This record gives sequence, structure tokens and C-alpha cells, in this order.
Amino acid sequence: MRADENPRRNFLKGCVAAGGVAAASAVAPPVAARETRQRPPEALGLLFDATLCVGCKACVAACKQANENPAEFSTVDPLWDTPLDTSARTYNLIKMYRHGTMETKDAETNGYAFMKTSCMHCADPSCVSACPVSAMTKDAATGIVEYNPEACIGCRYCVAACPFGIPKYQYDSAYGKIGKCELCRHRTKDGHYSACAEVCPTGATLYGKTADLLAEAKRRLALKPGSIARFPRGNLSGGPDQSYEAYAGTYKQHVYGDTEYGGTQVLKLSAVDFEKVGMPYLPPEAAAAHSETLQHTLYGGLAMPVVVLGALTWAARRNVHRGGDSNGDGGSKEGEK
Amino acid sequence: MAHSQHLAAPVGGRLLNNATLVAGVLIAIMAAVLLARFIFGLGAVTHLNDGYPFGIWIVVDVVIGSAFACGGFSVAMLVYIFNRGEYHPLVRPALLASLFGYTLAGISVIIDLGRYVNFWHIYWPGYANINSVMFEVAVCITAYVAVMWIEFAPVFLEKFGLHDIRKKLDKALFVVVALGTLLPMMHQSSIGTLLVVMGTQVNPLWQTQMLPLIYLLTAISMGYGVVLFESCVAASGYRRKIETHLLDPMAKVMLGVLAAYLVVRFGDLLVRGALGEAFKPTFVALSFWVENFCFAAPFLLIGNAAARRNPAKLFLAGVAIMFGGVFLRLNGFLIGYDTGPGWNYFPSAPELLVTIGMFSIEVLGYIVITRTFPVLPREEAYIKAHA
Repeated sequence: MRADENPRRNFLKGCVAAGGVAAASAVAPPVAARETRQRPPEALGLLFDATLCVGCKACVAACKQANENPAEFSTVDPLWDTPLDTSARTYNLIKMYRHGTMETKDAETNGYAFMKTSCMHCADPSCVSACPVSAMTKDAATGIVEYNPEACIGCRYCVAACPFGIPKYQYDSAYGKIGKCELCRHRTKDGHYSACAEVCPTGATLYGKTADLLAEAKRRLALKPGSIARFPRGNLSGGPDQSYEAYAGTYKQHVYGDTEYGGTQVLKLSAVDFEKVGMPYLPPEAAAAHSETLQHTLYGGLAMPVVVLGALTWAARRNVHRGGDSNGDGGSKEGEK
Repeated sequence: MAHSQHLAAPVGGRLLNNATLVAGVLIAIMAAVLLARFIFGLGAVTHLNDGYPFGIWIVVDVVIGSAFACGGFSVAMLVYIFNRGEYHPLVRPALLASLFGYTLAGISVIIDLGRYVNFWHIYWPGYANINSVMFEVAVCITAYVAVMWIEFAPVFLEKFGLHDIRKKLDKALFVVVALGTLLPMMHQSSIGTLLVVMGTQVNPLWQTQMLPLIYLLTAISMGYGVVLFESCVAASGYRRKIETHLLDPMAKVMLGVLAAYLVVRFGDLLVRGALGEAFKPTFVALSFWVENFCFAAPFLLIGNAAARRNPAKLFLAGVAIMFGGVFLRLNGFLIGYDTGPGWNYFPSAPELLVTIGMFSIEVLGYIVITRTFPVLPREEAYIKAHA
């Protein structure tokens, strides 16, 4: 005789529990899907045009220098920086597509093509949604996806989440960091912009506001393949005119990054199928939106957990002690003494 | 009345034996590997890479280990929420296994974190990102570990005769029990949700908005499976009577949860039109069928009442459901996770030795605590021998 000795008190407690459940249900927000986010209006980014790229890799070297990253070797003699993929110390890389005899540039069969690999600066980045400690954030104005090692716990969920395999971790370090392109945001105060675009001799990598870059990309898609057109270089949204005349490529009629996962701030044009040059097919809804819809449907305002906890507490309140009043085989913890 | 109700009692016996000795050696090896990990980095002892940033320390020790540790939650729910007091003798041993499983999952996370000194950021406003599923999992697991130690505290309080504290704790125990049921429901489902943000990198067979429910239902049924397994092992290891009269009806509950799970699982695959993936001639598809065969096997093994009174079959059914859960989690996080060509992962020997060491801590802890503290149901044979 302990718990049930005062039935009135018990009843009141039951009422409180039930009241709590009802109140929590009342304040529970309506289940609303978290829509895929769009690029901020002043978003900054890059336009990479594979048909203009000559594979000189000046951008790879400039990126290393701008980010003070060491050379990485894949050859027997460690003579030149020869990374085979982006890493926590290689934020930008030109990869090559090869097929058959490799005779023709930008041809899918018996051809070759170049593709830039670096952070796409997604409108709705998976890495930002995944990061439990806000070490990966998206700047509200520029839309740059930024990394803060002082906040990072090194869980590598961003590495797992990114569909482009961009954030990378330093496994060879006792206290490693994540490394990824941040669009040279540390260089803007000196009047610089992304080093890869600054040094690109052909304008294959172009820097600017994503809105401007998207318009430029669509202009190129409308060009007659093989016709002579003007192509800007460097910074599309400011700076001196460095444009020059060149032949328009035979583009696939899609701007990669226009719609993928709600859009990215780095855009790409290619004459070879995007999946063949390593750019995965992605639906227009971001995985981050799906994930956060689930998370906030279940835990938004802690409404659902509070309701369930109320019900569980009510049930446990009855059963933990009721068992104690019965005999040993159905006993509660109290009955065991 | 107190004298007639000795439900749980220490098993007694020597703490140093072959089993504890082997566990001790394995734990020492683990310590050596971990020393190397903290001096030279994760890459020095693991095969982790940027294609597979989560290895077995996360997928086995945390994702699978915590699901194995759902026995305490599953049985406590049966006893205290659905008021099935007859299962009470199973609560303490199950809770003990859970306590170890979760505490070690927490430790595994720390050793896997690249920048472990910043660990507290996850709990700190300003750093914490409430949109992150990892945040939910981490906070919830931490809270649950604390709750479980409180839930289990009566065992220590009894042993040391701290009856006053024990009485005070008992008054609030229902809140602890309620929290101890809610928290695992939250994070076991969220462990499934962890995959959602990985998007198209996860094979459609394991990428669905139903992941929270799928992981929750399997965690609950794995909890019962682990209790079957653990009861049979404890009975044979300690030469005790097997609690078939409890395990039989509990196995029936387990089959019920499992049936609900299979309806949800295959219903979801059919609705999404993803089942075609399972018929492609790939290793991933084979792994899918192995997973689901393990989940279906308990119906063949203990589908009828006579079979459920057979300890060997109960044991096998428990093992089958545990393997089903193992494959579901391995498939989602590693086997069906494809981040692009050129990446592969298989754990290194030192990496495996750490996981083995973690399970050894569990075994050693279980033996030491059940021999010393009142956890397992009291056995007449033991009482006679020590009277």
C-alpha cells in the first residue's frame, strides 16, 4: 500500500497528464513540408563551360596557392601536384572523360572532355542540414557554403551527405579538419574573387552572381554550335571586360545546377552527358528538405514527443506502482526489496 | 512482505574465469589501437575514406549496437506501459545489456569524432543545429544513457543498502520509465532518418520517408530478439533454468511487431515502385534478400506454440531477428550506400579489434555485474548453495 493509497490524488494526476496531452496536441503545428530552398538573389558562384576548358589546370594550381594547400602526389616520384580526386587539401580539380580513341574533344564517342570538380554551393545544401554543430553554414547574402573548423566536431556527416562528394576530411591528421571550396571568400576583402576563375585563360571558369551566370549559360545554349561568339573571362559581374571570340560548343541543352536539388550556385555546361562526366542526376527537391520535413514533422516544437511522453507517463504512473502492490511475480521495482 | 519478494539476486561465483580473461585481453588490445588512433589519426588505424566516412565504429558500434541495446526499452515498454507485469523478471537483465550497449555507443562516437574536443558543441545553443538529424540522435542518446543509469540505479542502491534514496527514487521512477520509453523511440527512428539527407546515394531499397518507422519497428523487435538470445545464453552460461514461460508469450509479441514491420516495409517498397531494385543481379540485391530472409525466419522457426517452448528455436529466432536488423542497417549505411565510382570500404583489422573490444567490455561488464549485483531472477539452486 503506497501508490494507490490516495485514489483522489491519483485521479488528479491522471487528469493533469491527460490535460498535458490535450494541450500539447492543441499547440502542435500543422504538418507542413519544408520546401526546397532557392538561391539568395545576390548569390555568388561560378559557371564552368567544359567546351572552353583546355585542361591546363591553372585553376588547380591557383586554388592550392590561394588556400595554402600542399601538393598531393599520385606518381612514384613526388615531383608535381598530381591529386586524382579532390581531398581535404585539394578543393578544386579538373577531371578528364575519355572514350575510345580519344580523337575529338567534347565528343562522347572516341572523344575526351574536361570537368571541374569543386563545391557546387547548393541552394539547399545537404551538408549544412546534416551538420549538428553549425560548422557548415550558408551565408544568407552570398549563399557561399562556409566551413568553420572551430565549431566542427569531425563527425563527417557532411562528407556522407553531399551528393557531389565535396566536403572531405583529413584522415591522416590526429585532429583533422574538413576541407572544401569556399569560393575564396577570404580573398574578397583584397578585391579578389575565386582564384580558379581569376587565372582561367579561356573563361571556362567564370565568376559572378549566379543570376548573371545563369543568363550567360542560357545565352550560350541558344548559340548555333560552331558559330563564332564572344565569351567573357574572369568576373562576369564586375571588373574589366576580358571577353574574346571563340566557337560555340555543341552543348547538351541543360544548365547543370539550374534545377538540381533546387539549384546550385556553381553552374555547368557540357557537350558530353553530365552523368558521364561525373555530375549525378539529382531531382529538383533537395534531400535536405526531405530530411528536415521528417525531422520537424516528428519533433517540431517538441509537440509530438511531449504528447507521447504525457501518454507514457500516465501509463507508467499506473503500472509502475500498481505492480508494486500486487504479489512478487508481477512486482514492480519497489516490490523487490 | 519484503521477505517474500526477492525477485532478483546476484549470481555469485568467481569474477576471474576464461570468459572474463579473454574479454580483458581483447579490451587491452583495443586500448592499444585507440592510443594509435589518437596519436596518428583515424586514417592510421581505420580504412575510412571520403567515399565511406562512416565505418564500423559508427555503423556497427552505434547504429547496430544501440539497436541491440533496445532490449531494456522493449521489455520495459511491455511491463510498464502495456502493464504486462509478468515479464518483470526480464527487465533488469535487459536493462543491463541496454545500459552497456548505449554507454559504449556513446564512447564509440567520441573515438570516431575527428575533432572530439569540440564534442560539447552539440549541446550548446549557438552551435547546435536543430535541423540536423545527427543533433537529434546525439542529444537523445545522451539523455537516454543518463535515464538508463537512473532506471538501473535501484540495483546498486539495493546492493549497498541505500534504502532511503531508493524510496525517493521509486516515487519518481514512473517519470524515468516514461522517458526511458520515449527517448529510444525518438532516436532509434532518427537513426533511420540519418540516411534521408544522403539522398540518391542510398539505394532506393533503403531510401524512403518511412525510414523512421522502419528503424523503430526493427529496433523494438530486435530488442525482443536480444532478450531471447541473452536469456538463452545466460541460462546456459550460468547453468540456470530458462524462463520459457516468459519467453514464449514475449516471442509472440515479437512476431506481432515483426509482422507489422514486414507489412510496412514491403508496402512502402511497392508503393514507391522500388522493389525492382531487388531483382537486379547485384550484390546489393542479394544483401536485401538476406536481410529479409532473416526477418521472415522467426515465423518459420517459432510460428507455432510448440516451437516457442523449444529454447533452441527461441534462441535461433532471436539470432535471426538480430541478423535481420544488422543487415538492414549495414545495407542502408554501407552496402547500399554508393557515393560514386572508385570508392570502397572494408574495415581494417585494428578497426575490427576496436569493435570487438567494445563488445568485450559489454560481455565483461555483464558478467561482473550479474555476479555481483541483483540483476538476474533469483534461482533456488543458488540460494541453496549459498545459504
